[in-house]
Amino acid sequence: MKYQTYLEQINGVEIYPIISLVIFFTFFVATTMWIFSKSKEEIEYEERLPLEDQ
Amino acid sequence: MQLEKFYYENKIPKLFAVATIFWGFVGMLLGVVAAFQLAFPQLNFSEYLPYLSFGRLRPVHTNAVIFAFVGNGIFTAVYYAVPRLVKASMWSEKLSRIHFWGWQLIIVAAAVTLLGGYTQGKEYAELEWPIDIAITLVWVVFGFNLFATLFTRRERHLYVAIWFFIASWVTVAMLHIVNSFAMPAGLLKSYSWYAGMQDAMVQWWYGHNAVAFFLTTPYLGLMYYFLPKAANRPVYSYRLSIVHFWSLIFLYIWAGPHHLLYTSIPQWAQSLGTVFSIMLILPSWGGMLNGLFTLRGAWDKVREDPILKFFVVGVTAYGMSTFEGPMLSLKNVNAISHYSDWTVAHVHIGALGWNGFMTFGMLYWLFPRLYKTKLFSTKLASTHFWISTLGIILYAVPMYWSAFRSYFMMKAFTPEGQLQYTFIDIIHTVIPFYILRGVGGTLYLVGVVVMIYNIWKTVKSGSFVEREEAEAAPLAPAYTAPKNSIWHSFIERKPILLLVLSLVVVGIGGIIELIPTFLVKSNVPTIASVQPYTPLELQGRDIYIREGCYNCHSQQIRPFRYEVARYGEYSKAGESVYDHPFQWGSKRTGPDLARIGGKYPDSWHFYHMLEPVSMAPGSIMPAYPFMFSKDLDISTTRSKIHAMRNMGVPYPDGYEATANDDLKKQAQAIADNLKKDKIDIESSKEIIAVIAYLQRLGKDIKAEKVTAQQ
Repeated sequence: MKYQTYLEQINGVEIYPIISLVIFFTFFVATTMWIFSKSKEEIEYEERLPLEDQ
Repeated sequence: MQLEKFYYENKIPKLFAVATIFWGFVGMLLGVVAAFQLAFPQLNFSEYLPYLSFGRLRPVHTNAVIFAFVGNGIFTAVYYAVPRLVKASMWSEKLSRIHFWGWQLIIVAAAVTLLGGYTQGKEYAELEWPIDIAITLVWVVFGFNLFATLFTRRERHLYVAIWFFIASWVTVAMLHIVNSFAMPAGLLKSYSWYAGMQDAMVQWWYGHNAVAFFLTTPYLGLMYYFLPKAANRPVYSYRLSIVHFWSLIFLYIWAGPHHLLYTSIPQWAQSLGTVFSIMLILPSWGGMLNGLFTLRGAWDKVREDPILKFFVVGVTAYGMSTFEGPMLSLKNVNAISHYSDWTVAHVHIGALGWNGFMTFGMLYWLFPRLYKTKLFSTKLASTHFWISTLGIILYAVPMYWSAFRSYFMMKAFTPEGQLQYTFIDIIHTVIPFYILRGVGGTLYLVGVVVMIYNIWKTVKSGSFVEREEAEAAPLAPAYTAPKNSIWHSFIERKPILLLVLSLVVVGIGGIIELIPTFLVKSNVPTIASVQPYTPLELQGRDIYIREGCYNCHSQQIRPFRYEVARYGEYSKAGESVYDHPFQWGSKRTGPDLARIGGKYPDSWHFYHMLEPVSMAPGSIMPAYPFMFSKDLDISTTRSKIHAMRNMGVPYPDGYEATANDDLKKQAQAIADNLKKDKIDIESSKEIIAVIAYLQRLGKDIKAEKVTAQQ
């Protein structure tokens, strides 16, 4: 590949996945917490959508 | 607000449903034929014509089942469910039709070109570049129509099924474009832009996520719509479905390298693949349980309703494959399963159980409604269910058995330290399992025929409802969310935001895994003695790709004693730097070929390609007699060399002009060599190029050792 030479090395590339894991772990915990705070009426309306189209 | 009248158009879902059934039958029939070819090689008919040999037929089977059967199944669900979920007609009937006919044309073009031997040689992405472009265009038409419909909707909230459709659409677009980058070397010939290890990484990032975003997420959308409808109750937990969605699409994209464990990709990539595959159990099982728990309190219905039976077994098969998948990603398990029939069994639990049964459930539910009638026979549908379930078991069990049996035989050594069994010994003992597998597949197909009859009778007993009238209030232009509404509800109202966020979420894993393999030089240690292929070898390699040899032969030796003893030194990343595309393979129905070069004389290959059993008694390889009568097309050499150099393969400048001189010289040398063994053949025949290629494989690294010793 020609563009291989543009960047010979990323220093400490091993840390990348760890950072992303931390970011997304936090993201998912936050999402889950938020989702469980979604109001009951809203959920009840939304989950019935496929049943009310006929 | 005043109610608006509109209608749901049923013609397009009907067309897609019929196409699903038609291509399902064709794809599965080809699967049955291919299964029996492995037990009875005469069924390749290769003495008569080249088109039906296993290497060409198998890609047609996989492409037909994935993109034609499941693809049309996805579109049936989308065109039926989306308008109803958002209370609007599809935005453009014309675009819907272009999508439908465009997709069917692509399928036909795919079948014809693949049987003709036009292939890019990458699994599930075999189609040549003009077809790849056509797929992109039709996919854009589909997406445009889908989003335009969402923008004219009358229901503010986007139901979870729609998120799955949106994420699938955008991710498939990304995967298809990135993996299909190729350098054309003719109208129906191109080379993958990537080479060797990098090609492997991109290909399995694509391959794995084709499973994720073509076979899984759209079908989860289907599940979230049709399962509640069939059970007449809302999904078990809508909250869980939100968590299921985000975690699944985020984690899936990382898992690709688990297809390359113990190969020469960097260790860190293998570990990432394993870790994320294990994590995938959580969202997958969250989704499965969400599906199954939807039936809580309604299990009595499952006893009577074949539609629910199909859904229950479909979702259970999803649960089984998504448990098995992460287990197969553990390196110790993968050591057994990789290249073996275990992978084949795993895939078919998913395809026959999850995709097949979910599709059948949907079709049995849909047709009576499209034709305003009742299903012709519930009993026949139940019969279909039982026959096909038995078919799946009969398919899978022999494959598992065969996988373990061959594993133990492969790694058996005599007390003297020699391999106990030859490859042919092992193949011999698994042929009965191949026959049983064929019988299982046939049973499954019989079930499909029963379904076709049942649906045909249903259609005859009703009359088609072209459009269903409906009415709903338009969305109020100024909307203020309720006070207690949370931020995720905001995303749920914004299709484009959902699209962008999905792309971001799936993009991260791809970027982190792929970019370093391209940019960090230390990931592909170069080997000085590895040289580009000679023109003749390159032409031979293209014949190898044309005949789909990679469907049965790997070119990647793993660092195990029993592999090194059987095939030679384990493979290094630096060895395949000029391999556009890589040919590591994923299944060994035949032995590994990474170091076949120089193992046998030219004459051995000559006779073996002409009549495999003459050199390897009991071989199940197809014969390739047509390579002995057909002249090699050397008019393409120029453009092939040119394409390769454009991608960085270091052929000298201007080599295009003289490449054919070298080619002829090398061909003559092989023909002369064969003459010594009393074989008379012109040097212009295809077989000469194939021999040149096979004799080159794995030799470069040996050259390095010789230099080192000197």
